[in-house]
Amino acid sequence: MISLGADHQATVDLGGVRKTVSVELTPEVAVGDYVVVHVGHAIGLVDVDEAERTLALFAEMAQAQGLGAQ
Amino acid sequence: MKYVDEFRDGSLARGLAARIAAELRPDRRYSFMEFCGGHTHAISRYGITELLPEAVRMIHGPGCPVCVLPVGRIDQAIGLALERGAIVCSYGDTMRVPASDALSLMKAKARGADIRMVYSAADALKTARDHPDREVVFFAIGFETTTPPTALVIQQAAKEGLRNFSVLCCHVLTPSAIAHILESPEVRQYGSVPIDGFIGPAHVSIVIGSAPYEPFALAYRKPVVIAGFEPLDVMHACLMLVRQVNDARAEVENQFSRAVTRQGNLAAQRAVGEVFEPRERFEWRGLGEVPLSALRIREAYAEFDAERRFGLVYRPVPDHKQCECGAILRGVKKPVDCRLFGTVCTPENPMGSCMVSSEGACAAHYSYGRFRDHKAQAA
Repeated sequence: MISLGADHQATVDLGGVRKTVSVELTPEVAVGDYVVVHVGHAIGLVDVDEAERTLALFAEMAQAQGLGAQ
Repeated sequence: MKYVDEFRDGSLARGLAARIAAELRPDRRYSFMEFCGGHTHAISRYGITELLPEAVRMIHGPGCPVCVLPVGRIDQAIGLALERGAIVCSYGDTMRVPASDALSLMKAKARGADIRMVYSAADALKTARDHPDREVVFFAIGFETTTPPTALVIQQAAKEGLRNFSVLCCHVLTPSAIAHILESPEVRQYGSVPIDGFIGPAHVSIVIGSAPYEPFALAYRKPVVIAGFEPLDVMHACLMLVRQVNDARAEVENQFSRAVTRQGNLAAQRAVGEVFEPRERFEWRGLGEVPLSALRIREAYAEFDAERRFGLVYRPVPDHKQCECGAILRGVKKPVDCRLFGTVCTPENPMGSCMVSSEGACAAHYSYGRFRDHKAQAA
């Protein structure tokens, strides 16, 4: 989430592409948050701590199998 | 893209695959249904079928919004444009679904119907503002992910007092469809589809939360693991399902913890609850009439309901006789079991709905999986 504008409009950065989406369904969103976008709407926020926890778990499992992350 | 690319890492996927293989019971097989078309697409596109041990079979479910839309509903949308002169706004993936009289929204457009492809419901509302002298109908399809945006445009149209905007509401509900798959008499009759557990949808669950699956898991004694759309998410969910099956557990677990909570998106649920109410029954392609499986517009917003506004009556239309979409949507047949697959029916010229959307089981298999079949034949 790059910036918040009027009328629930906001700008997101999709891997380098900027797009205007509605944040009417995610009123709690702040600049810097990661959001899930569906048909032009931010429908939910990404919990960064949870994402990192899941990734750490994957890395642990790969390591236990003798396969390191690239 | 951040929090997307990391969940596609190949060596981590092999680590997960090795973990799954290590935990399988040698004396049994595992069949899991991924309900959602987003997962069907990911499973085919990233080669998850090959990564999973042979004893784990993925069955494609009916969670592709375009695929479950019955012909009769598309006929209604085409009729509004061709016979009633309305501008019909539709999401792009609905455009090529075959309808009656060898028509589709796309072909109707070629015949002069004013049918416009929109990216979001808000674009349909803008079309209505731009054409105050025309009736503008938004052909609203999809599961719980696309429903909140439709609710918002109806509320907005009411606020602005727009007199020329209405919605043909075909929104459907995930939990009742999952339950219906297990109850369907055809599935019972085939008996060959033992489903040991379900991968629950990603984006739908962001909206509705994980709680709505709990009564299902309890009543049918089937584990449900909600998973994200990336390949590692799907692999991880398979591992969690294998563990539940091994432990004889039937719980709702949340693999997609970075985006899904137990209660879901309350702002979205509020908007949906205010505008929509459950329909007593709704026809799904492949599943037939399913009770309490779809939504209609509440009385308070009746003037924005295209069915009331135009006095539409629903007429069910049977699918093409040779088309196996119905059985494929219920998981009792695979795309290659259909005689039309890959010959008469292709993504360029689809006969059945499963070949239309990239989330459909047939389109996913045609794009990514059919080369595997050829190899098997050659050998």
